[in-house]
Amino acid sequence: MANMKRSLGIGLWFMFLTLPLMVVRVNTINQEIEWRWSNMIWVGICAFAIAWLWQFSINRRANQRAHVAADAHPEVEKLSFAQRLADDPVLSKRVLLVAAAAAVVFPWLVSTGQNFYHVNVMVSALIFVVLGLGLNITVGLAGLLDLGYIAFFAVGAYTYALLSKNFDLGFWTCLPLGGLMGMLFGIVLGFPILRLRGDYLAIVTLGFASITKIVLENWDTVFGGAAGIANIPRPEFFGMALDGRQKSVYTYYIVLALVALTILVTNRLKNSRIGRAWMALREDEIACVAMGVDMARTKLSAYALGAFWAGLVGVIFAAHNNFINPDSFTFMDSAMILAMVVLGGMGSILGVIIAALALKLLPEYLRAFAEYRMLVFGGVMVLMMIFRPQGLINNMRRKYECDTVEGNHDGEK
Amino acid sequence: MMAKSNGKKLLEVSGLTMDFGGLRAVDSVGLDIFEGEIVALIGPNGAGKTTFFNCVTGIYEPTAGEVLIHPPGGTSKRINGMKPNSITTLGMARTFQNIRLFPAMTVLENVMIGRHCRTSTTILDAILSSRKAAREEKETIDKSYRLLEKVGLANEADEFSRNLSYGAQRRLEIARAMATDPFLLLLDEPAAGMNPQETHDLDELIVRIRKEDKLAILLIEHDMKLVMSISDRIYVMEYGKEIAQGTPREIKENPRVIEAYLGEEAHA
Ligand SMILES: Nc1ncnc2c1ncn2[C@@H]1O[C@H](COP(=O)(O)OP(=O)(O)OP(=O)(O)O)[C@@H](O)[C@H]1O
Ligand SMILES: [Mg+2]
Repeated sequence: MANMKRSLGIGLWFMFLTLPLMVVRVNTINQEIEWRWSNMIWVGICAFAIAWLWQFSINRRANQRAHVAADAHPEVEKLSFAQRLADDPVLSKRVLLVAAAAAVVFPWLVSTGQNFYHVNVMVSALIFVVLGLGLNITVGLAGLLDLGYIAFFAVGAYTYALLSKNFDLGFWTCLPLGGLMGMLFGIVLGFPILRLRGDYLAIVTLGFASITKIVLENWDTVFGGAAGIANIPRPEFFGMALDGRQKSVYTYYIVLALVALTILVTNRLKNSRIGRAWMALREDEIACVAMGVDMARTKLSAYALGAFWAGLVGVIFAAHNNFINPDSFTFMDSAMILAMVVLGGMGSILGVIIAALALKLLPEYLRAFAEYRMLVFGGVMVLMMIFRPQGLINNMRRKYECDTVEGNHDGEK
Repeated sequence: MMAKSNGKKLLEVSGLTMDFGGLRAVDSVGLDIFEGEIVALIGPNGAGKTTFFNCVTGIYEPTAGEVLIHPPGGTSKRINGMKPNSITTLGMARTFQNIRLFPAMTVLENVMIGRHCRTSTTILDAILSSRKAAREEKETIDKSYRLLEKVGLANEADEFSRNLSYGAQRRLEIARAMATDPFLLLLDEPAAGMNPQETHDLDELIVRIRKEDKLAILLIEHDMKLVMSISDRIYVMEYGKEIAQGTPREIKENPRVIEAYLGEEAHA
């Protein structure tokens, strides 16, 4: 009942608030004021309904929580789907196989003849999946904020563009070089900010990306200035000539392979001595160094390995687009990649992949809603932050097998 | 009753001084620890005990003074000014007064971090999942699990460390510190916030650690019953200065200490 009352109050309040906007209209032609009272009723009803639903769902969640808390056996606590997936190797293998199969046949399902729009969209999305997974190392695992991640992406892209233009180097030679360049810049950025934390880190990384962009824009004899560099060759395929669609599909498979490699590598790192050190650094820096972890080395490796993937995928980006200019590497892109990591759940590989796909594909396919798409997009983000502030997938626990004297401890309880 | 000072000296601190701006938190304190000893450092709140720990373990760089360690089977080293992780690698591990675990990691993973400085899997090993990486990982898991059994947390191995009770978190900190294979363990108020039963268990745990793992222990503690029952020697600090040292009996009877700190507890 209290619920009703509050909702009623909110409804009335909104009716009052929107009065000048929704009700009063000055008709400039007839020089008179129109009073649209029916609008006011609608605003009231809608606000009331939304407020009521809102409180209803919040109460329900609170009840559920209380229920879980009152439960004497925490083991029977409902496990999230992701946790069940991770705990069950057979199930996760199956899901992985299905996802891989779907990814492999995807270009043949959605592209015909001259229409390969969906393949191109997917290539861009997968490029961002790799970026998300790379930044996930720095931000998600090691907890080092990086607002200028896109700079490493630019480093990779320009490495390929310049090397192919000036030295005629091929795509496959440049791919690892782009990654290494990204890594080098990661270390260059990492050194001066080893001692920084929080806000300062944000400012320096942001500055780093701005400087990179300004250099690219203004040093036009080398980087082509704001006009960028055009005619970047597509990935070569054993010297064969490919048509437009084939090129896209080919690039798609290259990115897909890179995504698979990124997943494999980050997953292994995450579950190793190195990944644990990153997480410990994220959780508590002082305790981490007091337990014998070398902070400088751990931070530098997190920056370098994060930047490596951005450099690598930057090469693919340049090759896929044929053309790059500094406008592809704005702060908005850095923010977008960061949003993928945060929305996906810091450190969660699966979460970041889902978030990256969603954040790239949603705005693309919401184009049908024209100017409302950013509104819908913003709304989804706000709801996400309210209902899952720790990201899509969080609270994942890894269970370890240990041989004990009395046998497997999992069986004891 | 003589102090057990016939063993080899492990830690030798002299004239240690730490200033925070105008405040002298530690004022030329000296302290020695010998093999197999349990030494307590006591004193009223704000006496500078935690600051002393922080200087010895490299969290702070002391303003003046010498900190020397003599690892058993190793060469002696002057460690003031060294980074905390290097000091831990040399064989001194600590716990924190205000518990500092890794909350979003599991109990087992917390202990596994302690093994970091004793393992050497490189990034490349991890990526290639080399045989060495696999072997070290298994060793790390097994050793860490043994330590959890020792402190009685084996059943909680897969819990998040933030979900543990207060007493359990303190025991986990001890396990994590022991995972670094130290020869000297520094415990900052390990019994703080524990109930009498937990304190009693802790008492047994510390004694057992000394016996089984041949560790020396330096311990800051306010619980006088615990201190008096397990320590071989006691140092007393007040306002940054060292005011007394000796066996528990000597400390109990030292008028300076009674006046400064023990007061009613000594007569109880
Ligand atoms: N980082 C710091 N900066 C400034 N002053 C500090 C700092 N750390 C400690 N102090 C001061 O140094 C003095 C000693 O503090 P310390 O924490 O070492 O005391 P303690 O003996 O551990 O006390 P307690 O029994 O309460 O833990 C206190 O006056 C404290 O305020
Ligand atoms: Mg203290």
